[in-house]
Amino acid sequence: MQDSWNTSKVSKMVEWTDFERATIQDIFSKMNYEVVGPAALSRCLVVYPWTQRYFGNFGNLYNAEAIIANPMVANHGKVVLHGLDRAVKNMDNIKETYAELSVLHSEKLHVDPDNFRLLADCLTIVISAQLGKAFTGDVQAAFQKFLAVVVTSLGRQYH
Amino acid sequence: MLSEKEKKLIAEILERLTPVAEDIGSDALLRMFVTFPGSKTYFSHLDISPRSAHLLSHGKKIVLAIAEGAKDISQLTVTLAPLQTLHAYQLRIDPGNFKLFSHCMLVTLACHMGDDFTPVAHAAIDKYLSAFAAVLAEKYR
Repeated sequence: MQDSWNTSKVSKMVEWTDFERATIQDIFSKMNYEVVGPAALSRCLVVYPWTQRYFGNFGNLYNAEAIIANPMVANHGKVVLHGLDRAVKNMDNIKETYAELSVLHSEKLHVDPDNFRLLADCLTIVISAQLGKAFTGDVQAAFQKFLAVVVTSLGRQYH
Repeated sequence: MLSEKEKKLIAEILERLTPVAEDIGSDALLRMFVTFPGSKTYFSHLDISPRSAHLLSHGKKIVLAIAEGAKDISQLTVTLAPLQTLHAYQLRIDPGNFKLFSHCMLVTLACHMGDDFTPVAHAAIDKYLSAFAAVLAEKYR
């Protein structure tokens, strides 16, 4: 069984095909970060409620409606997606690009790195709902590969 | 844990998918083969190219089974008993793949349903598919 979050890739350079590069640039260039960010984060908090543990001071997360309407969640969703943009602009250097963020998430925020995968999956679902048929298997594979590299890089500085 | 509301929602969604089970199932399978190539190893005896007869019929079978289970989720162990045996003793698909397929089903549903695939619907279906996969793997050991 193939583990898509194969950590052995981290020590080698990630190789991107032309199709993968073009796909990632295309998806993100057309993406409205202000909409997608909040949608992905709120979806994560609804679908995987235990992730709410990191947002104790965000106010009302009592039910799906509250989460989706919560302005702090929306704001943080935008922060996260703009953070993702850095990887989009540095696809050949994601590991280094996220070294500091990885330390932050580990040392200061104490986020279990498994949660990165959950958010990545929710982002995939949000994008697929938007793109519909255009989100083919090949596009999905490219998108998930990109997110897998991001997730691995964010988890890399944990010890 | 599924609430009564969620069970109803799941049953409704899956009933609407039954007429297009072939499209949904084959789409999810194809996504899985492309995104998680290791899953293809279980289909070396079939033609799983896009729109192939095998892919369509297999996809249909899987989605219809998922839809059937959704009609009475409390009876999942009874409904799936024959499939449990099949998977445990004959197919012996590593259960990790059930997770991969479930993920691809969710993506397919999102593509198919767009905004209707709300976070609440997503959560309910995800929980159902996890329960389905767990029951399916019960006879493995």
